[in-house]
Amino acid sequence: MALSTDDVRHVAKLARLALSDDEVEALRSQLSDILAYAEKVGEVVAADVPPTSHAYALSNVMRADEPTPSLSAQDALSTAPQAEDGRFQVPQIVGGE
Amino acid sequence: MSHLNAKSARGLTRMAATELRDVMASGEVSAREVTQAHLDRIAATDDRVQAFLKVLDTQALAHADDIDRRRAAGEPLGALAGVPLALKDILATKGIETTCSSKILETFRPPYDATVVQKLRAADVVVLGKTNMDEFAMGSSTENSAFQKTFNPWDLQRVPGGSSGGSSAAVAAFDAPLAIGTDTGGSIRQPAAFCGLVGVKPTYGLVSRYGLIAFASSLDQVGPLTRTVKDSALLLQAVAGYDPADSTSIPEAMPDVLTDLERGIEGLRIGVVREFMGDGMEPGVRARVDEALARLEKLGATLVDVTLPHAAYGVSAYYLIAPSEASSNLSRYDGVRYGLRVEGETAEEMMANTRAAGFGPEVKRRIMIGTYALSAGYYDAYYAQAQRVRTLIIRDFAQAYTHCDVIVSPTTPSTAFKVGEKSDDPLAMYLNDVYTIPSNLAGAPALSLPVGLDDLGLPVGLQVMAPILGEAVMFRVARALEADLGFDPTPRGAHALEGVQ
Repeated sequence: MALSTDDVRHVAKLARLALSDDEVEALRSQLSDILAYAEKVGEVVAADVPPTSHAYALSNVMRADEPTPSLSAQDALSTAPQAEDGRFQVPQIVGGE
Repeated sequence: MSHLNAKSARGLTRMAATELRDVMASGEVSAREVTQAHLDRIAATDDRVQAFLKVLDTQALAHADDIDRRRAAGEPLGALAGVPLALKDILATKGIETTCSSKILETFRPPYDATVVQKLRAADVVVLGKTNMDEFAMGSSTENSAFQKTFNPWDLQRVPGGSSGGSSAAVAAFDAPLAIGTDTGGSIRQPAAFCGLVGVKPTYGLVSRYGLIAFASSLDQVGPLTRTVKDSALLLQAVAGYDPADSTSIPEAMPDVLTDLERGIEGLRIGVVREFMGDGMEPGVRARVDEALARLEKLGATLVDVTLPHAAYGVSAYYLIAPSEASSNLSRYDGVRYGLRVEGETAEEMMANTRAAGFGPEVKRRIMIGTYALSAGYYDAYYAQAQRVRTLIIRDFAQAYTHCDVIVSPTTPSTAFKVGEKSDDPLAMYLNDVYTIPSNLAGAPALSLPVGLDDLGLPVGLQVMAPILGEAVMFRVARALEADLGFDPTPRGAHALEGVQ
């Protein structure tokens, strides 16, 4: 799979990564090589084989719906780059028009 | 080790955890003396090895003093009381920097302890410090750390393996008898092989992942790195167990790995993977692996030829599954809740700038691969197909285990390579994991143990794989071979930490 620089920029946008032009070019070539290798999985005829997401299958791991002590808001906010009034603070998301 | 004076600092740092436990229990030496001897060793060697990101002198000595006080008072002590350990910097330690060797977490001090860290504390293991690693455990050489390179004590021009390279270098340098690593595609077993150590990836779900910074959640597993098989068994027993805080933790009890440890391997059937004994490995690796196979036969086991026909697709499947899971897991580093923030005009721009400045090249590469593999139009051809291949590899193992009790192979195709040798070729680096990845995909246990040195004097590892929860027989085989080999874990040779010995 040979990727174009536009492909790389599109994936970088999806992944929320700001890339320099040099990084885009390096990744275009490296990702093309890596994906060409990874595409070998397509050589295996496996259309009727169920996919495995976890090797040790556990389903419906439930617990009783009872409150237990957990991290305080103060502790959770202690690691935040910016916090205000007991909340994480972020740049404006919704436009002001 | 009666030839060593237990009271000498050198004597203490050469001891296995089992020996240290005994000399402390008998009152011959204190936990403080043991801790101080290892801290002194770190101070004397880590400028050259650079295994540690942070040494926790004060906390370690305070814990040791507390153990000595409780022992004197006759109070109960943990199973490994006073034994020092090096902890990979991927496990959350309350109030102590937990960086994952990434700039994005450079100042992160978690508000809680990982379950593994709680269990180490309950066992009264003394944590000496946090070790260097490939950023977010992505790598096979520890060269992807954002902070420093780590050097192999057997040859300071070579890598210690990775991603748990700080942990393996620390144990090989006699900084600690025990270390904790994590293994997603070989990150415990490969550094163990490169540093002449025992390293274990347990059954998936046996050790809690709560507080383990996630890379690929369906593959990540915590395990021990030590100089002896029994030390690994004891450390695994200390950290394993069901944890309601991890929904993938398995409810079954930890297999009893100690009772039959010395039982020998008479009558066991040991599978040798046909596909792993081909042209891919270096001659020095092949020679030591062939000798180890002959020893296993001499010890009474029967060698059986087994085949894992889909293992050849393991690396391809892994490099779709692991980056896909990583791209999802690492979306949490958005400059909002913890870690680095680089400002931007909008929230989206802030996130993109933060991630650009905070992640290194390998992490960006894997996020990009994963995002691509999961994106519209490619999901079925890449991610879903890789998961189908995963099913086929699991079926291959199941078929092979109808003919044998354990399976052996080389751990790695080569011995430790030079710093910089593979760092410009991501794909060549990925192929380091060709023998180790299938066990991660299958969720099954596997360990590496040293089986001698190649012509350059570098350690060679043999991998022993077992079915899910087959740890007891896996350790038994490793112990029998270890006892027969008598491998000396002291790094030696012209470029070793302490030169020719």
